[in-house]
Amino acid sequence: MADSIDVLATLKLVYGIYAFIAISLISWFGYRVTKPKDDDAGAKPALFWTYVVVLAVVGTGLHFLTYNSVPWVPIDLNRASIKADTVFDITYEDHQMSFSSFPMQVGCGEHVVFNATSNDLTYGFGIFRADHTMVAQMQVVPQSRNDLMWKFGKNGTYYIRSTEYSGPRGAKMVAQNAIVVTGCDQDDVRAVEIGEQ
Amino acid sequence: MSLISTLINGHEGGLKQDGMTPMQKIALRFVVLGVLYYGLAAIEGMMMRMVEITPVPFIDDAHFFSIMTVHPMVGIFGSTYMIVFGAFLFLVPFLMKKPIFSLKLANASWMLVGGGTLIMWLAGFVFSYAPLYTLYWPLPADFSQFAIIGGIVYVVGVALIMVGTFLYSYNIFKTIMYTPEGWDKQPSMELFKSAIGFTGLTNFFKKKKTEHLVDLPVAAISRGTIDVGLNAVVIMAAGVLLLIYMFGAAFGFNLEKTWVDALLYKNMFWWGLDLIADGLVLIFVAGTWYLLATAITGKKLFMQNIARAALFVEMVVSWTVWSHHLMSDQGQSNFLKVFSGEMVTALELITQGLAVYITLVTLSRARPLKMTNELKFLLGGLLGFMLAVPAGIIQADLGMNRILHNTQWIIGSHVHVAILVGLTMTLYSAIYFLLPIVTNGAKLYSQKLATAHFWLHIVGGIGMGSFMGMAGIDGMLRRSTYIDGEYNTYMILAGICGGLLLLAFFAFLFNVVMTVGVKGLIGIYSPAKINTRECVPAQQEA
Ligand code: HEM
Repeated sequence: MADSIDVLATLKLVYGIYAFIAISLISWFGYRVTKPKDDDAGAKPALFWTYVVVLAVVGTGLHFLTYNSVPWVPIDLNRASIKADTVFDITYEDHQMSFSSFPMQVGCGEHVVFNATSNDLTYGFGIFRADHTMVAQMQVVPQSRNDLMWKFGKNGTYYIRSTEYSGPRGAKMVAQNAIVVTGCDQDDVRAVEIGEQ
Repeated sequence: MSLISTLINGHEGGLKQDGMTPMQKIALRFVVLGVLYYGLAAIEGMMMRMVEITPVPFIDDAHFFSIMTVHPMVGIFGSTYMIVFGAFLFLVPFLMKKPIFSLKLANASWMLVGGGTLIMWLAGFVFSYAPLYTLYWPLPADFSQFAIIGGIVYVVGVALIMVGTFLYSYNIFKTIMYTPEGWDKQPSMELFKSAIGFTGLTNFFKKKKTEHLVDLPVAAISRGTIDVGLNAVVIMAAGVLLLIYMFGAAFGFNLEKTWVDALLYKNMFWWGLDLIADGLVLIFVAGTWYLLATAITGKKLFMQNIARAALFVEMVVSWTVWSHHLMSDQGQSNFLKVFSGEMVTALELITQGLAVYITLVTLSRARPLKMTNELKFLLGGLLGFMLAVPAGIIQADLGMNRILHNTQWIIGSHVHVAILVGLTMTLYSAIYFLLPIVTNGAKLYSQKLATAHFWLHIVGGIGMGSFMGMAGIDGMLRRSTYIDGEYNTYMILAGICGGLLLLAFFAFLFNVVMTVGVKGLIGIYSPAKINTRECVPAQQEA
């Protein structure tokens, strides 16, 4: 099962290649535009309309691609109809997070729901590995439903950090070693207990 | 001539004050203040950059976040709005060959936007008011963290900016529609319809097409101006709401947990804010590209009609994409996330992609062109959006947003590349283009400095955005402080690139000051000696 490390590594590669092409294209254009004209290729209507179609396909195609290849998208869109194996309640107040159970013990492949409630400000709920790479996040908005359904596919220990600014006092709201996942065949080598690295 | 004498009097005679029209002076007043505010935003940016490398003794968290609150406001309102308003208040009458509706209103606009920015900035500097520009409810009314007086000063500053913005919008539309003294009656309604794109829209369904009464750049300016006006309404409404809470708190009534639904507020606020990001920026920028491309080549725009239609689509799109800012809000409906957040947002790839294509083909058809400053910066601006728009489309995806939202990717690869490379380089291109027109032919002091400005800015802008983006991919949050050097390599590299941006700014500033002279700069704030509402003096027009 793909996790955020896989998806983000793909992003780095694909966007890096794209950025290189875009920069090269403009540099080449900048050179060419100072030289006399030999053809008018870009002005051909067929090329123009092909380009428009490509933009439309890429723009919308990305969403179909991630729906079919990134595991958390269908879970997120269908979470109302998926039964949660465990629900963890997290309450935010006065820049503190409190947990219905700590650490939150998660079995491999279970559908767990992190149900966050804020009693005052807007905060964020982010799950991180010991090397600070992000597993997932959501906003925690007061008077609103903030429930993230997640399925872990690797053993590991994760920390929680508020991912939304809630004033200077909330700059470093962290709960170390808050989620412990067990029972998988594979370990998340980046997600070790903090203090035990 | 000695350096000091050039500094005081300008290069080759500097700015010839006596021949300047009031409109030229007004345009310069806006632009000069806008450029100085850009410098302030850049210095604030560098202060934050330093903290992101290592804790700085005189910048604690309260100070850091008050810088972060005013930095984008100074950048967007103090700098971008000022430069854009000055340029467009000059260009609309200039292109329509018609006097501006009101010089007084134009003067009031720069004073209000410039003064309002200063007051808003003081709220951060003096009172450490720091709810950030997004003002997520109820943070701006959290008086256990912020002083009420700080909030009031902030709202007053922003309100003045918005009043200046309304006056600008009114002046633009009035200029398009009114009948100047001694002219034949102008078809106001038809001009209005053409300006906002209504004529273009109805033309799609008509066999006999109605002629466009306003040029494409003026149409782009009008459409962007609508978004600017709508945005001002939303921000004013939020300001009034905040004032109610602030005065309530000042008189001992704590309203903090009453009334306002935080998610609904967030929807409305982002609807308004997005009119700047997706409305003002994309529409104004596309319009400016078209204007510059036609001015640089002296040729007609390629696919004019498509460009007009795309601008209209972009305006409607800009009213319906706000949900891409709420993809990680679980209370937001899935329909809005997918429809507004993903699908409508994808249209921006098409509209902006079209604008890039049309501009490039227009330039290419006029080959060979001389690589002037305006052309160089225009290409930089195009590249900025070629990089930043796809980055935005990527984060406006449910799968990607879950792991990118509120990371440095958003604010680096998307926001700063769009603003610093895309928008700012387009504005610099417009400034280099307009400089001889608004100064009656002042000669640039140093081409070498202009070239250095270009390279330092483009390398610094793309570099800073990229290193922030890479840190974001590795999990670094925006709006957070890290004290154990977790992302030091990226942050040091981003800091070096930020330094290049600052150097670029100083190279530009020095070049402009040496071109027009300190005397010239101060002089633009004195009344014009010629009494005319025309844009340029009669002899230049001839
Ligand atoms: C040399 C130029 C600049 C530098 C070095 C710089 C640097 C920074 C830094 C370090 C941050 C904080 C990122 C974080 O940790 O969340 C930031 C945030 C931001 N900057 Fe800039 N910046 C520059 C210019 C600008 C300009 C000109 C604008 C606008 C026109 C702008 C708009 C923003 C915005 C919107 C934010 C986000 C603030 C928030 O999250 O509330 N920046 N900038």
